[in-house]
Amino acid sequence: MKLFEHTNIDFVKWRWHAIALSLVVILAGGLAIARGRLPLGVDFAGGTIVIVKFQQHVPIDRVRGAVSSLPNGAGNDAVVQEYGEAAQNQVLIRVARTGDESGGKLSEVADTVVGTLKQANLAGFEVINTEIVGPVVGEQLKRQGMLATIFAMGGILIYIALRFQFSFAVGAIAATLHDLLVTLAFLAFFHYDLTLNVIAGLLTITGYSVNDTIVIFDRVRENMRSMRRENLSTIVNVAVNQTLSRTVITAGTTLLSVIALYLFGGEVLQGFAFTMLVGIVSGTYSTVFIAAAIAIMLQGRKPIKGQLAAPAATERKPGRRRAS
Amino acid sequence: MYKNLRWKVVTILGVFIVFFTLGVYPILAKRYNLPAPGWLLAKHLKLGLDLQGGVHLVLKVNRDDALRITTESVSEQLRESLRAAGVEPTGVSVTSPTTFKVEGVPADKDAEFRRVADEQTTTQYERSAAGGGVHQFSMRPNIVKELYEQTMVQAVETIDRRVNELGVSEPSIARHGMNDDQILVQLPGVSEVARAKDIISSTALLELKLVEAGPAPTREALLQPYNGQPPPDMEVVSGATDASTGQAGTSFFLVRKVAAVTGNDLRSAQVGLDENSQPAVMFSLKPDGARKFAQVTGTNIGRSLAIILDNKLQSYPRIDGRIADNGRISGGFTQQEAADLALKLRSGALPASMSYFEERVVGPTLGRDSIRAGVTASLAGLMLVVIFMLVYYKLSGINAVVAMVANLIILLGMMAWAGFTMTLPGIAGFILTMGMGVDSNVLIFERIKEELAAQRGARAAISASFSRVGWTLFDTHVTSFIACFFLYNFGTGPIAGFALTLFLGLATNLFTSWFVSKTLFEFNLSRRPANAQAISI
Repeated sequence: MKLFEHTNIDFVKWRWHAIALSLVVILAGGLAIARGRLPLGVDFAGGTIVIVKFQQHVPIDRVRGAVSSLPNGAGNDAVVQEYGEAAQNQVLIRVARTGDESGGKLSEVADTVVGTLKQANLAGFEVINTEIVGPVVGEQLKRQGMLATIFAMGGILIYIALRFQFSFAVGAIAATLHDLLVTLAFLAFFHYDLTLNVIAGLLTITGYSVNDTIVIFDRVRENMRSMRRENLSTIVNVAVNQTLSRTVITAGTTLLSVIALYLFGGEVLQGFAFTMLVGIVSGTYSTVFIAAAIAIMLQGRKPIKGQLAAPAATERKPGRRRAS
Repeated sequence: MYKNLRWKVVTILGVFIVFFTLGVYPILAKRYNLPAPGWLLAKHLKLGLDLQGGVHLVLKVNRDDALRITTESVSEQLRESLRAAGVEPTGVSVTSPTTFKVEGVPADKDAEFRRVADEQTTTQYERSAAGGGVHQFSMRPNIVKELYEQTMVQAVETIDRRVNELGVSEPSIARHGMNDDQILVQLPGVSEVARAKDIISSTALLELKLVEAGPAPTREALLQPYNGQPPPDMEVVSGATDASTGQAGTSFFLVRKVAAVTGNDLRSAQVGLDENSQPAVMFSLKPDGARKFAQVTGTNIGRSLAIILDNKLQSYPRIDGRIADNGRISGGFTQQEAADLALKLRSGALPASMSYFEERVVGPTLGRDSIRAGVTASLAGLMLVVIFMLVYYKLSGINAVVAMVANLIILLGMMAWAGFTMTLPGIAGFILTMGMGVDSNVLIFERIKEELAAQRGARAAISASFSRVGWTLFDTHVTSFIACFFLYNFGTGPIAGFALTLFLGLATNLFTSWFVSKTLFEFNLSRRPANAQAISI
């Protein structure tokens, strides 16, 4: 059984269309984010989340009504939504504020939310989860999250630059950056919050999406030795076609496990699973259309000699025959 | 051919059996009451707070409190010594947690002042003369660092003692944060948040001080005979309604600054009853404290002794006679309040006040739901991947599935043996390990197909494929390791659990998808004629 037998699609020809499409998605995503469609979760912005489980079904609008009557206007920017499956009667209430950090008053807002719900004559309920993050910790996590992403990208860039030519490394990182931006765009389109779990997903994508690219680059390098007379576009195109079925299958198996996570992993992991889902699809797309295209752009400007020099660069390590 | 095959198989079986025994058997043994030695059951996979429910708190230690206390006591001692040496400056005042200044040193006593001051403070403070009889003292940076460190160590130890007395099983108390001024407290299975928070963060600084004046209804009334300012060796404290007098409202007292006895002198504290059969805390003193207490009570019969907890006056019983080594704190406590206060006093005072920065509470219901969801998702993911591999790669798919299952068992075994904590994101890492781990098999198998298509024999195709794909596998794993490394350092709790699980899973995957899978192929081919051309792939 073989998914794609002897394909000969001219992926390189379509690279400008692909880049244009990606730019449209990324720009639309940027616009959505600029308009506040990807709000920071409480992990980063600070705030209070209370999740309650009612004994019987309660219309969400009644909960919303009760929350909007919170004292001092705390309920004005509150988010009230169902949590988990509808049959579980769980409601998540998110308020942007917390109590004061000093003197053990951090949970004051959470206590007020619970008190207000009790007074509102709704059905009996129990609080199943509380998350209160003060502004200091939020700020700290924001900085750490940004640093972690930058360092991870930097580390991967350095590693690929060491193992491959620099133009390939740039191509791989451009593809990874593309995946991150596309994933962020889709998170905004689908109204997700930027939480710790989503950041974990984004970092995992950073490490994963570069894998397919490595496989193709390995093949390009191998082909450079056997197809010296061809131009780089042809070599890249042949490599992409040769590796097409494994690119799709490897993404496919990971996608299968992520789909299981998305469908059955529960509400807590929803954001993470969605991030991975989009990131893997985008990763496959960028591997085929973007990574090699950028490598060609950087490498292609050089004269033919540059192309011949490329295999020579790898032959410095004759002991390592690598390709898949 | 394949002369080392026997040893490879033995190695694989050995590794597999060891990790199965460490990771999977204890779970089965617990579930189905199978016989298992205690040491094996002791090493088990712990469940994170998000799975079993519990409280996650991040406290900030206000370390400057400890600096201020030191600065206050050093400046107070200096004042005493100066007085003893006949130097009377007009004022000694603390200007910040690390600085204090002495004003109005008489010009003719300047040399004497410098001698006394330097003798007493120079190891800890830097002195600079500002002219006009004013001297600034600021704490040396190395002392600040030392005190910060001491404060954190002491705070962690104290919280640890309190949490242990609470009877929480497997709590975790650790220093946290980039400035090293935070403490992360994780209490699995605890749901009484308010009480836990109170017990953890109350300073519980107990002081017994002689009452000089009071009670008075206001501060002004209290200080009227003293021209509105407390004398230098005294201070004002306030207390709420006092059960012993039945008087309502806040009242003010003037007390000696120097405490007769502090919480440090306590030997133990227990709940008891006072003379009105109300819950109270009975305490006993260490020999040193008892001597001091006996001396103070013996010479001040008839006066009142203020019992002050965290700068709040609890009660002020009259000293009826010389008391040696025990006493009682009453103040209208409930049984629970008295028990908690006794606990806090037993475990000692915190060196600084605390602020809460983060508070997460997961109820047991949500934890159970999460476990169920995690297990369902794992099984569903496993089934999807297994079905795909068997359909797409036929018999060779079995090879991949065996390698994947071995990978998961080794991963579980490692985590259990090292005592790691399984979190919900950790389960996600487990599921991703399946999907991402099997990628390696896909790369190898696709290469085998190509080699077979190029008319190579099965043996040649397999050995060529494994050796060529090896470095690619290495590269693809390293990039994920880099991401996991930074994720682990970034996240606390659940996220770190995810990064660790994925990291270990991918590391063991290198072993299973390459070594185990290759050995399986070789084992299979060794039982066929040497010229076998086909394998099912």
